Order: sequence, then C-alpha cells, then structure tokens
Amino acid sequence: MARLLLSPLLLIFLPLLAAAVAWFIRSPRIRVRLLPAMGLLHLLLLIIEVRGWRDLPHGAWLGLDALGGWVLLVISTLFTIVALYAPSYLALRPDRDHRLFTACLLAFLGLASLLAQSRHPGMAWVAIETMTLTTAPLIYFNRNRRSIEATWKYLVIGSVGIALALLGTLFVAYAAHMGGVEEPLQYTRLMAEAGRLSRPWLRAGFVLTMVGYGTKMGLAPLHSWKPDAYGETPGIVGALLAGGVTSCAFLALLRIYAIVAAAGEGVFAREILVGFGLLSMVWALVFMVGQVDFKRLLAYSSVEHMGILVFGIGLGGLAARFALFHLAANALVKSVLFLSAGNIHRSYASKQLPHVTGAIRRTPVSAGLFFLAFLAITGLPPFAPFVSEFNIASSALTTGHVFAGAAFLVLLGGIFLTMSDTVMQVVFGVPSPQRVRTPYKDSFATTAPLILALALALGLGLWLPGPMRSMLEGAAQTVEGHAPAVREVRPLFGQAPALVPAAVSAQEVRP
Amino acid sequence: MSPDFLIALTMLTNFTLVATSRVNKAIQLVVVQGILLGLIPIAMGLGRHLHILFMALSAIAVKGWLIPFLFRRALREVHIRREVDPYVGYTMSLLLCALGTGLSLVLAHGLPLKPGTSPTFLVPAALATLFTGFLLLVSRRKALTQVAGYLVLENGIYLFGLLLVEEMPILVETGILLDLFVGVFVMGIVINHIRSAFDSTDTRHLAELKD
Repeated sequence: MARLLLSPLLLIFLPLLAAAVAWFIRSPRIRVRLLPAMGLLHLLLLIIEVRGWRDLPHGAWLGLDALGGWVLLVISTLFTIVALYAPSYLALRPDRDHRLFTACLLAFLGLASLLAQSRHPGMAWVAIETMTLTTAPLIYFNRNRRSIEATWKYLVIGSVGIALALLGTLFVAYAAHMGGVEEPLQYTRLMAEAGRLSRPWLRAGFVLTMVGYGTKMGLAPLHSWKPDAYGETPGIVGALLAGGVTSCAFLALLRIYAIVAAAGEGVFAREILVGFGLLSMVWALVFMVGQVDFKRLLAYSSVEHMGILVFGIGLGGLAARFALFHLAANALVKSVLFLSAGNIHRSYASKQLPHVTGAIRRTPVSAGLFFLAFLAITGLPPFAPFVSEFNIASSALTTGHVFAGAAFLVLLGGIFLTMSDTVMQVVFGVPSPQRVRTPYKDSFATTAPLILALALALGLGLWLPGPMRSMLEGAAQTVEGHAPAVREVRPLFGQAPALVPAAVSAQEVRP
Repeated sequence: MSPDFLIALTMLTNFTLVATSRVNKAIQLVVVQGILLGLIPIAMGLGRHLHILFMALSAIAVKGWLIPFLFRRALREVHIRREVDPYVGYTMSLLLCALGTGLSLVLAHGLPLKPGTSPTFLVPAALATLFTGFLLLVSRRKALTQVAGYLVLENGIYLFGLLLVEEMPILVETGILLDLFVGVFVMGIVINHIRSAFDSTDTRHLAELKD
C-alpha cells in the first residue's frame, strides 16, 4: 500500500528536489553529477513502477496508465541519455554558470512525470505551462542577442499557444457540465461518460486544444518558434525539446483526442489531425531546401516528425499504434542528431554550411553518428523510425487513404533528398580552407551516450519486447477511446491480462 | 453592481486599451480589467462559497497588485520611451477590435448555453477579450505591451472560466493563477535581458533569426 501511494510522488518530487539541491550546490563538478544520477534513478523507479498491475481508483488525481507510462518511459530514457552526455558538455563550457541550467533540466523531468501521471486535464495543463516556463532559461544558455530573441519568441508564442489550450480544456469541461457529468472531471470519467458531452463545445474545445498544444509541439504553421529555439540552444536542450517537451504536448493533446474519440466524434478530429500532419511535412520540406544551418535543419526535421505523429493518430488503428511507437523512435534518433550536431558545432565554432564541411575528418565519430542518425530518421530499414514510417504508410494505403498515403511517401522521399543535400556537405564535403581551430576532440564521454541511443533505436527497430508491445497496445486503445483508462499500468514484465472488467481484476490484484 | 454591468465595463476597457498610446496607461487599464474580472464572481453572488471568494480575492491580489508591481519595476528599470509604438494605427485597431467583438457575438451564438446560466453575455465577452489580447500581442512593438496583450488574453479565458467557477477544482485554479504570475515574472526577466542586450525593448530588434 505504501508503495502504491509513494512511487508516483517519488517520480515527481525526486527530480524537483534534485533541482532544488542543484541550485544550492556550490561546486559545478558535483552539481553536474546530479544529472546522470537522477536520470538513472528516475528510469529505475519508473521501470519498477510500470511492472506493477492494479486498478486505478476512479477519483485518483495521479496515476500512470499505459499511455502515460509509455510517454514517460520515452522521456525518462531520453533524459538519461542527455544527462549522461551533459557533464562532458558542460565541462567544455567552463565560462558558463550552469546552476540555473541544471536546476531547470531536473525540474523538467519532475514536471514531465507530473504530466504523464495527471488524471485531470486542468492539472495536465498546469504541468505543461510550468514546463514552458522552466525550459525558457535553458534556451537562453548562451546569453547572447540571438539566444534572447529565441527565448522571447519561445516564451511568448508558447504561452499564447498554451493559453488557447487552456480555453480548449475549459470548453471540454463545459461540454461535460452541459451533459451533466459530475465533477471532478478526471480523464477516466470524461471517457466513460463521453457520450453525454455537448457536441458543439467538445468540437470547439478539440480545435482549440489542437491549436494550443500543436503550437507547443511545433506543428506547421504554428512552429515559428522552433527553428529559432533549436538553432540557438546547446544540443542537449535541442534534444530534450525535440524529444521531451514536444512529446509532453503530444500526450496532452492525445488525452483530449481520446475523449473526443470516445464521444464518437473521432471522424471530425481525424480529418484535422491528418491535415495538420501533412501540412507540417510539406512546410518542413519547403524550409529544408537550401538550409545552410544544420541545427535549423534539425528543427524542421522535428516539425516533420511531429507531423508524422499526428498523421498516424489521424489515420487511426494500426497507424495510431505505430505513431506512438514513432514517439520513441523519434526521441532516440533526435537525441543522437542534436547531440552529434552539438559536437560538430563545438569543433567548428559554427553551425553553418560554408564553414562546416568535411566533418568526418575532424570529428570522425560525431560526424559518423550524425550521418547514421540522419539515415535512421529518414527511414533506413533496420532502425526504429523505418518500422513506424513504413507501417504508417502501408496502413494508410490499405485502409483506403490512398491519396494521403501516397502524399506521405512522396513527402518522406522529398525530405530525404533535401536533407541529404545539407548533411552530405557537412559530413563528407571538401574541408574549407579558412576554418577556425578549436580544442574540441571527440572523446568517450561526448560520444558514448549517442552510441547508446542509436543502439537503442536499432534494437527497437529489430525487436520490440513483449511487455512493451502490450503497453503500446494498451496506450493505443486508450488513445482511440476504447479503454477508458481504468487500468493503471500494464505490466512491463510478466503476462498481460486481457481486458477484463475492473471489478474482476480488482479481486485478482488484492493479496 | 450587477455582473452584466461589470462585463460591459470589461468590454469597454478592451476598446480603451487598443486606443491607448502610452505604455503605463495600457498597464493601468490591464490592472483595472483584472480587478473588474475579480469582482464579477462576487457580483454573481458566488461569494457565499468560501473557495470561490478566496479565488476571486487572490485573483484581484495577483492582477491588481503583484503583476502591476512587476510591471512598474520593469518600466522603471527599462527607461523605455513611453509610447506603445503600434504596427497598426489606433483607428485601425479600434475598428479591428469592434470587428472582433461583433464576430465573437456571432461565434457565441453557435454555442449553446446550459439553460439557466445567468450572465448570458459571458461567452461573447470572453471571446472578444481574447481577440483584443491577440490584437495587442501582434500589433504592438514594445515587449511590455506584448505582455499586457498576453494578460488581456488570459483575462478572456478567465471570463469564460467563470461559467465553470462552481465546478473547477481549487487546485487547478490556483495552479493557473500561479502560472500566470510566474509567467509574467519570467517575461519581466527576459525583458530586462532584452534591454541590456539591445538597449531598447523594441521587439523589432528581435528579427535576426529567420530563413
């Protein structure tokens, strides 16, 4: 019983406590050690947590269902990779005070845990808004004119987007109020009684949350903060934003979508999702053409992959499951891309094309990883993104969305071609004569976490462990509005019980 | 005072805001609007619920005292030219604001209200205020006026939230209010950094990053 109450809170409060401790630690060397320690501890606690299997009390405010568990597992893994890399990166920047930086990174992890476990849309909103505020100082790490501009845009556009998401959430709450659903409005209750919600308010609420959380995810045309923010921050922050913060916004959107789907309004929502998805991919493609700044290139790649996520959810069925899988694939490969791009940036003191060419000679490991991760994200077979992209495309074609499926494939091909143009020059181009000499050299500490992440992406592409598969299935069912998320956690190890009525499994669980 | 009167006053502040040429005047108006909004739940006779009274009073305290305090500090430290410097002229802004208000009435017409909801004006007023906030955000150059626009936008959402005030959990409401305060606080810090980097808070300087 004690574990039942304690561990969700530990996942939230341990990182927040670590953030407070980091703020008060004087020695920079000890402070940065907190990051990997906390990342590993969080991942361990989470894996222990998702092993369990029990019923979610109806009125619970916190609880990890399959969907939240899956997203948090992705974020926690990503955070650990980034945290393992962070000490060596921050050691390269001894001139920068990283007290606030470390504290904000740790606070992000705590807030992501809060979001993943929130059972109430209002609480989820508070978690995301607070996340926006704590990630803003991360973007300002370089303390120059360009980074302040990026921070201001991130803060203002993000806050406005999230304000719209709040209005959308209130609309959904009013839809429930009109339908006579009793308070408090946990997701569980909203989904179970979705049939009673007032349709006009629910639809308007979905559109607003789509725009609001879509801004935070960086879906086109609401992505204007993204290239600036990703371009001006260190690679660590880029990785965390592209795989972590965006995943959080996606989760919040999925929760609302699940209610809409449970209410039988899925068709309406799906058209919007597919539209946003394809538009994001088109937009990304257009802005990738002739992009000389490789960090901005990665930002547009992130716009593209957010598009793939909502496209897959919009198609539904098998594609929705693979969209959730793509969340993990994207987060892992993006972390390799951003961190290796960061290494190349360090080595050349520039992130733009005429200056950065032939990186394979100067930083062979980082450049090699950058190239491999580029192939992986654009869909090279054994890696995880291939599995999700292929299955989303094939399920689009087989379920009658022939036009959308064809457009999806054409866009993927076009993006591969335009991206390769810049990437090939950065990695294999003729080294330019007037290069700046910097002391940066690839070392074990700056490349090993990247190799680990790429290996994980490869592993996931080849084999998805059974427990993770059942977790993914549970998550997909929740998203589609079928299971009103009364189950708290699907077991990561051991046999997954079939969907049985809550009352039956409650008896099974009790000792 | 009847709630309808307060809502009408709120909508009047919208129009005054878009026609204001001074930064400190705009801030005063936002503060007035915040206080008016805080008074509405009390005027609706919801003051008998202790938690609603508490939330209304803390909203007044945050919007009427804490946030203006942050603004005044920023204004004093920033020494900006006191004009709002609009991209869109004042007459045009007024016309757009009127258009937005009309549009809100049409939009709100399409959304059914629960029978027996008392101030029926709430939804169009909320949408109109939201629109005004947007207008201020995109049409003013000074970073501080943009923050004021953000606050007006939040005020619009608060107005809509009044429809649900009896149902909303206090935990969530406190979180929203706290986030608003911290948000403005962080924006204030960033404005200070903008000023020290560019020697101005004109957001036109923030145009270096583009494709």
